[in-house]
This record gives sequence, structure tokens and C-alpha cells, in this order.
Amino acid sequence: MANQDQLKSWLDKDYEHGFTTEIEVESFAAGLNEDVIRRLSKIKNEPEFMLKWRLAAYEFWQSMPHPEWSTVKFPKIDFQAISYYSAPKNLKDGPKSLDEVDPELLKTYAKLGIPLQEQEMLAGVAVDAVFDSVSVATTFKAKLAEYGVIFCSMSEALQKHPDLVQKYLGTVVPFRDNFYAALNSAVFSDGSFVYIPEGVRCPMELSTYFRINAVATGQFERTLIIADKNSYVSYLEGCTAPMRDENQLHAAVVELVALEGAQIKYSTVQNWYPGDAEGKGGIYNFVTKRGLCKERGAKISWTQIETGSAITWKYPSVVLRGDDSVGEFYSVAVTNNYQQADTGTKMIHIGKNTRSTIIAKGISAGHSSNVYRGLVKVAPTASNARNFTQCDSLLMGPLAAAHTFPTIDVKNQSAQIEHEATTSKISDEQLFYCLQRGIPQEDAIAMIVNGFCKQVLKELPMEFAVEATKLLGISLEGAVG
Amino acid sequence: MLIVEDLYANIGSQEILKGINLTIGAGEVHAIMGPNGSGKSTLSKILVGHPAYNITRGKITFNGEDLSGFSPEERAQLGLFLSFQYPVEIPGVTNINFLRAAVNAVRKAQGRQTLDAIDFLSFIREKCSFIAMDESFLYRNINEGFSGGEKKRNEMVQMLALEPTLAILDETDSGLDIDALKTIAEGVNKLRNPHNAMIVVTHYQRLLNYIEPDYVHVLAGGRIIKSGDKSLALELEEKGYGWLESLEKV
Repeated sequence: MANQDQLKSWLDKDYEHGFTTEIEVESFAAGLNEDVIRRLSKIKNEPEFMLKWRLAAYEFWQSMPHPEWSTVKFPKIDFQAISYYSAPKNLKDGPKSLDEVDPELLKTYAKLGIPLQEQEMLAGVAVDAVFDSVSVATTFKAKLAEYGVIFCSMSEALQKHPDLVQKYLGTVVPFRDNFYAALNSAVFSDGSFVYIPEGVRCPMELSTYFRINAVATGQFERTLIIADKNSYVSYLEGCTAPMRDENQLHAAVVELVALEGAQIKYSTVQNWYPGDAEGKGGIYNFVTKRGLCKERGAKISWTQIETGSAITWKYPSVVLRGDDSVGEFYSVAVTNNYQQADTGTKMIHIGKNTRSTIIAKGISAGHSSNVYRGLVKVAPTASNARNFTQCDSLLMGPLAAAHTFPTIDVKNQSAQIEHEATTSKISDEQLFYCLQRGIPQEDAIAMIVNGFCKQVLKELPMEFAVEATKLLGISLEGAVG
Repeated sequence: MLIVEDLYANIGSQEILKGINLTIGAGEVHAIMGPNGSGKSTLSKILVGHPAYNITRGKITFNGEDLSGFSPEERAQLGLFLSFQYPVEIPGVTNINFLRAAVNAVRKAQGRQTLDAIDFLSFIREKCSFIAMDESFLYRNINEGFSGGEKKRNEMVQMLALEPTLAILDETDSGLDIDALKTIAEGVNKLRNPHNAMIVVTHYQRLLNYIEPDYVHVLAGGRIIKSGDKSLALELEEKGYGWLESLEKV
């Protein structure tokens, strides 16, 4: 049918963010051993506890088999072929302002539509931009300092706030948690650190843009966000990557800690290079993200728009330990061509009266495979726990696949668990209806897809909603109303 | 304005239209009547370029253009509008966003000025008032949870907003009570002027009391078997389908 062809041309749009920035990179030779970890720690002038922790993680990692339980398929990764450190060279001393930032880098951001200066002036967003492995620009520090908010790179946090890092690092995702968390703990290069003091509502959205750049350089981000009692923070994470033939591994760990009455909202737009139309190249995105509602009345909310990467393998989760705590997961995962996504969430109810909501939207096109995998676990201690789960899949074209694997494990009889799931196709009649009203095919598909994802998109902060809708190929929705 | 010549069309292996001839001039309203399965809806959909049907013979000309090379959206942009018999639901897409996208796409294609969000709001509010549609419908998802009557009313808002040159109303009266029918007819009559035309597809004569046709055609077995003025509709009402079938055999 003619519609299928037109649909395909929309899906086959080239990756718009495929370009490479020419910046001198200082890298370690490929390979991983204890010495590499010692050198890495030394370059970063880390405190002793950090090196010890890294080495313990490395030792444990060596004893672990590679996990095979997921449905994602990829060739065996040679971890000795990866370089574990690279830094934009001429930024070693750290820029004092944007004027000192490499113009090439600024151009890269401009191409991505996120000029820092404009963001500084107009959007009021503080940006801790990660270029390869070292933070290159941190803005709005003064304003944040007024509120006592700490927002810096993990490297800087290890210098200036080692006690806080030591107290919380690995408390949500211990290095024994899984294969890639162990690897990350051993070799993480940098990342973001956030601390919101008691009673403070962070005055701006905190945002980090990631970018993988150097050839064959795995990127191992480590992010730690701590919201002290009755504080609030909204954190935005977004990323795009240049076009490459080689697969690039990205194994980040994100830990969130919410203390009594605190709220953390963590939003992601992930647009890494997905590989070409034949499935060649693209990023492997193997991330461990977990939040701990440590005390009473805490709330953690994950929102993610996953459109990129050859393989996405991640389950942003919430451990609801405090009584009356709340966990939320809103997700859109789009796969096309030969992309694979195995994503979902885990909601672990431990405290009393804990509540969780899961809204997951999967869109699969081409030969791609899109899996929702979720766990709702209610411990014997979690009286009156409640969960609502909704998983919707949208198929585009005859070759795409969608699967849902929800696991519900309830050990307390007072729990209330609801689960809804649907699978649908963009119907030719819906499309024709739009066309008959004069709306071009491409806009019509974007509109229908955007409508399908609306429940999730509306959870995004304004700054991100625009980029996210753009990513879904939308021109109108969101501009009105 | 519209010339349909010797039109044959099928869906799959089933031949549905078997030689339709129809000429519609500016300012005219044509009613097409006929029993179920006579090809009324097929003809409506083919005129606006539905991809499920194949034209095997004949030609459709609209304002001098042979429509065969035009996609559905291009036909819409030329000023063809179909009020669907069964309007689809599109979850998550609000009426107002959809309407504005449609209106601006058509205006842009016609080289007219597009409307910004504020101008569009006052523009569309006026259209809603013509057919007594509550403004709250603008902020609901397209046809989602709408009653049959509400869906038809929504089609009329779209029609009034798009200001088509040729509007095809496919059984717009089905599922409507008499009050709704009157309101919708009033809205439709607002669109009538010497420069545009309308095709009203219906089973019943009832709607034609309110939207007065200049011509009535009876479609049966994929062919127009009789044409006349509005008195034909009354005759049809009186004599029923049996009379039609005997005509067909002749």
C-alpha cells in the first residue's frame, strides 16, 4: 500500500546529528588492568577511598560473567579494546567562562541546537556539559551557590565534597549490583554531582548534555544526586552523538537519593547514533539508573524519551523504602531499522502506603525490536502499596516487533496492583483522515505518534518537551496550547 | 467544477463502480441517494483519493485538473473535503491542534496567509458557534469518546474551517436527532455560495428538507440510474427501494 512507502521514507530520515568535532584528545591506550585504574585515579587526583573502591569493583567485575538474560543481541564486547580515559586536551586547565571554551565545541553545541550562551541568557538553565569524559563548562554556579546547591562534575565533587560522595556513592547501586555497574564503578571517568540542601527548592532545572566523541572510547558516566529533606530538584539529561561505524559502549550509572519529603524529577532525552539503515554502527547504551526514596514521603520520578542507540538496555528504577513514598516512570522508547530496546522499570515497594505509576510507550518500526520489561515488587512490609502500570505498543510497518514482560511479585495482601497493556498500529484510516484534511503525510504521522506519547511528553519540563517532540518528528503539537 | 467520466473502480477483486458519469457546476448542491452497497461511500472516497480503491477506467477532473496524479493531501489542498461517514478517533491529538494544522496546511498550499495561535482561536470559535458546538470540544482528543452526533458535528466544524470548494457529506445525517440535523444544516448552508459546490450522500430524504439540492441522483449497482431535481428524492421516499430495483433492471 502506498502509505507504507511514505511511512518508510519518514522513518528512513538520516540521522541529523551525525558529525564529528575535531578537538585534540588525550587518551589512554586501549586496555584495562589495575594499573589503568590507578593511573586514572591519579590523573584525577582522587582521594584514597575512591581508588580503593574502584579497585574492589574491578576485582569483583573480573569474577562476573557477562549477563545473557536479555533479548538484546550483539557481538561479544572486547573490554581490552576499549580506552578508558580521554579528555579534550586544551581544556585541561578548565575554562573560567564560555569565552575560554574551545570554539569547535561551541559549534558542536550550536549544531545540536543547544547554544550555551543562549541557554544561559534565555532559558535560565545551568549546564554541566560533558564532552567525552571531562566536564568543560559549568554555569550558574554563583546563583546555585546562593541556595547552597552543589552542582558540579563528579571529579570536582571528589575534590571539594569528598565526604558527601563517600557517604552516598554506591548506596543505591552497589558495585556488586550487575556486570556493567561493576565495570562503571571501576573505571568511571566523570559525571555529575548534585546536592540540594534541606528545604531548598532548586531555583532552576539542572541540565547535562552528553556527547560521545573519541573513536573507540567507552564512556562511563557516574551521576549522583542527593536531595536532602524537603528539597526539590528537576534534572535534565540529553544526548546526541556523531556518526560512526564502530559500536561505542556507554555504561553509565545514575544514583538518586531522596531523603524525607524530598522530590527528584529526572528527565532524559536520549538520541545517540542508532546505527545506519542496515544496522551497522550505533551506540550500545547499557545503563543502570536507580533512585532510592530513602525516607518518609520522598518522591522520585523518571521520564525518558529513548530514540537513539543501536541497543538500549536500561531499567530506571525506584526503591520505595520510606513510608508514603512515591515512584514514577514515564517512558517513550522508539526503535527503527535494526535498533533494539529492552527497557522498563522496577518499582520495589518496601515502606507502607507506597505508590508507584508506570506509563511505558513503545514505538517500533522497520526491523526493530522493542521490549518492555518491568518488575513491581511488594515486600511483606509494604502494607497498602499501590501500583498502576500501563504499557502501550505502537507498531509501524509489518516487520517490527514489540514485546511486554511485566513481572508482578506481591508478598503483602493489602497491595493493589493494576496493569493495562495495548498493542496497536497506526491505522491507514487514521492516516487517511489527516491527509484528507490537507495535512502532509510526514506531519500526520508525527502528529499521531506524538498523540500516542502525550501522557509521557507532558511529564517533561518545557525546555525538554520541545526537543523531545522535535525528536519524534513533530512540528505542530506542543506549539499550541 | 467536477466532471466524472465513465468511472470504474474496484477494491480487491470486487468491482464497485461501473461507469459513473457526473457533472457538478459551481454553486450547485447534488444529492446522491441509494441503498446500502450501491457504491455511494466508495464514490465519495475515490473522489478524495482513498488509496484502498483502484480506478480501472474513466477520469475525474476537478477545476480543470485531472485528479489521477494528485495525492489525498493535494486534493484536500485543492479544496476537496469529505465529511466521513465514520470519523476516526486519534488518541492524544487535540481537536484544536489538528484543526490548526489542517487549516494552515491548506492555506499554505493555496498561497494564503496562515493563522497564528491567537488568530486561529478566534477564527475557530466563530466556526463552532455556527453549529452550536461547545468550545470545550476543541480541547478534547479528536473524536475520542464522542457520541455519533458529536462526531458529525466535529466534521462540520472542520468543513467550515477548511472552507472547501467542493464538500462531500457522506451520510452526515445518520445518527443525528432532528435538532442536531437542523443545526448542522444551518452550518452547511452558511458555506453555500456561488463559488463552491456540495455533494450530499444520504439514504433518506429527511436531510434534504434542510439542505435543498439542485439535483438528485440515484445510485444503484455502481451506476447512476436516475437523475432529477429534488422531487426525485420525494418520489424515492414514497416508492422505496423496490421501485429503484425495477429501474435498475431496465
